[in-house]
Amino acid sequence: MKLHTFRVGGVHVKEYKITAEIATTSAPIPKQAVFPLSQHIGAPAKPVVKKGDKVKVGTLLAEAGGIVSAPIHSSVSGTVTKIGTTIDASGYRKPAIYINVEGDEWEDDIDRSQTLETLVNHPELTPEYIVESIKKAGITGMGGAGFPTFIKLVPPPTAKAECIILNGVECEPYITSDYRLMMEHADEILIGLDLLMKAAKVEKGYIGIEENKPKAIALFEEKTAMDSRIQIVPLAKKYPQGGEKQLVDAVIRRQVPAPPGIPVNVGAIVQNVGTAFAVYEAVMKNKPLFERYTTVTGKKVAHPGNFLVRMGTPFAEMINFCGGLPKGDNKVIAGGPMMGKAVVSLDVPVCKGTNSITVLTDEDARRKAPQPCIRCGKCVEVCPMGLEPYLLATLSVFGEWERAEAEKITSCVSCGSCQFTCPAHRPILDNIFLGKDKVMGIIKSRNKKNDE
Amino acid sequence: MNKLIVSLSPHVHGNDSVERNMHGVIIALLPALLISFFYFGLGAVVVCLSSVAACMFFEWSISKYILHRQPTLSDGSAIITGLLLGMNLPSNLPVWMVIIGALVAIGIGKMTFGGLGCNPFNPALVGRCFLLVSFPAPMTSWPIEYQLTSYIDATTGATPLSFMKTAIKTGDVSVLKKIPDSIDLLLGNLSGNLGAGTIGEICALALILGLIYMLWKRIITWHIPFSIIFTVLIFSGLLHFANPVYANPIQVILSGGLMLGAIFMATDYVTSPMTHRGQLIYGVSIGILTVVIRNWGSYPEGMSFAILIMNAFTPLINHYVKPKRYGEVLKK
Repeated sequence: MKLHTFRVGGVHVKEYKITAEIATTSAPIPKQAVFPLSQHIGAPAKPVVKKGDKVKVGTLLAEAGGIVSAPIHSSVSGTVTKIGTTIDASGYRKPAIYINVEGDEWEDDIDRSQTLETLVNHPELTPEYIVESIKKAGITGMGGAGFPTFIKLVPPPTAKAECIILNGVECEPYITSDYRLMMEHADEILIGLDLLMKAAKVEKGYIGIEENKPKAIALFEEKTAMDSRIQIVPLAKKYPQGGEKQLVDAVIRRQVPAPPGIPVNVGAIVQNVGTAFAVYEAVMKNKPLFERYTTVTGKKVAHPGNFLVRMGTPFAEMINFCGGLPKGDNKVIAGGPMMGKAVVSLDVPVCKGTNSITVLTDEDARRKAPQPCIRCGKCVEVCPMGLEPYLLATLSVFGEWERAEAEKITSCVSCGSCQFTCPAHRPILDNIFLGKDKVMGIIKSRNKKNDE
Repeated sequence: MNKLIVSLSPHVHGNDSVERNMHGVIIALLPALLISFFYFGLGAVVVCLSSVAACMFFEWSISKYILHRQPTLSDGSAIITGLLLGMNLPSNLPVWMVIIGALVAIGIGKMTFGGLGCNPFNPALVGRCFLLVSFPAPMTSWPIEYQLTSYIDATTGATPLSFMKTAIKTGDVSVLKKIPDSIDLLLGNLSGNLGAGTIGEICALALILGLIYMLWKRIITWHIPFSIIFTVLIFSGLLHFANPVYANPIQVILSGGLMLGAIFMATDYVTSPMTHRGQLIYGVSIGILTVVIRNWGSYPEGMSFAILIMNAFTPLINHYVKPKRYGEVLKK
């Protein structure tokens, strides 16, 4: 059988999925949990608790701070000790709520039973109710980007959704949290997909899974054999297939227009399998998003594994639970090695988008000295957006913002394929990050001016 | 206290390196180099060795004493320039001319522009063309094969390319009969006291082996070599069928420096376009120019000039020819 994949660029990255067959266990509840108010794209959440308040597991801590925003719920029970700031994975100090943990008391309206609730048994659920539940539960994209999920389900009037694509690709090396979730909670994910399809009023669902997860493909094919609306799409292994735009191309052979184009412009709504699971729990079990599957991994980590982690748990506790940091200098990454963010402190808490804590040793993480560009064109060949990374990097260094915009620097998805592949070890993406930020700022202020 | 290392993503690298690519090109050149020792003996060894040694020396000394930077001989690019320059010369060229060629190739062709990655023209071809216009007679006298122990004193003869040119000029088709058949051209086995051309171009088969190796190791893509070879094949094929004074297209692509140029010279990273579309335009243009110069120019061989001309157009091609952007591909 010919496997599908995306049609522009891409690289092959060594997998190191060392935790793939380790069953998920619950991580210990931390002594203190920290909840940054910006765990999603959009406006920060607004606190509704104050110092000294008692909270339970599932209590609302902060409400959505705007149209594009998401509420945040407590993952622990205890006392709010302060509303201050914390360093998050981005390396910046952000407002956050601190809670001292006392016991483990849950809100009463959360259904903690394991019984499977299907949509067939609950025909009364309306699309509006599902969207509202997702919104109230604070669900954001669980793959890392963190875009509020309910917004994707209500497309702008100019676009019409035709299908939901579930992202079970997990193309980053090391990470296995989505894979474990698929193996352990396939039924819940499928019901989540059902709910998403009902909410978006579409009749077609796809699940894209890369060929390196044959067990997951077989499991889902078996479970959906009777359901003609849902199609499992095995994909050839290629990075960055888990990127939203690449996945749409791979699964339904359509390409999303350049920014501000979004997948629904070509009829697709892409959601992570983790998001589908969270949707199931939110709608059927009334459980807000406060815990998630996270992989703690690294070649030198003593006891790597997959964990059900309460959000707000500091990285340090998770790493110590897995045997501590390996000897010597390490790079600790929130996410995978291709797109994850290297943290500056182990106090950074697990957030909604933290699919992995990846520990790279100095040896693996150290960059080689850059050499002159030999103009081999390999960065152009691998760019999944069809850009010219060498050019964008140079334009950024020289501050040629207008030209950089004309060369579509804002289309860059920061996948890092260019820098990964560069034989001269040039910091291509570093420079593109710089230029992209600057150009986005220029576009924003220009739009503002035009609006006035 | 152990430290945390912090940088932007990506945090891993594919372990490709400039050295790996350059060394791969050297390995790919080996079959053609070794077979040339078999056909030309002493002369090929002397010319190639002196060319490589001189290129490495000039690269090292110019880096160190004029540019005042750490010499980077280990990246292998000077060795490639040396090998390619040597393989583009006749096997009876005096050593002092080879050294001048190397000085022009590395000094003027490469280091004046800032070294590796900055030169607009292929350095080896700059050196070769400098020698060609400076010393036209020794640069166009071609030794006959199998004179393994002779060097400057080697007996020379006319090349297949010069017969092709004569046929066009005189309109005498019978001249073309003196050209060996395709199998002999492919192997480089020229009988009948024919001059064999430059050291590196003699055996098309060995060059094709090098091409297969580079494609397999993903050092280059098919776009440039295939577009050149097919363009020449089609263009000279059309001419051949229109008028038989133009040689058989198979013989055209197997003789002269076409294979060497298409596989090793035109594919030079630094001086060829960055995008696949651009590379196709570049390759087709080189093919057309080569046929035009070979048939109607004053030199019997046009590959070097065609590549240098298109080197000059490379920045323009890079400016106007963009890769296929994501989103441009139509719905299907």
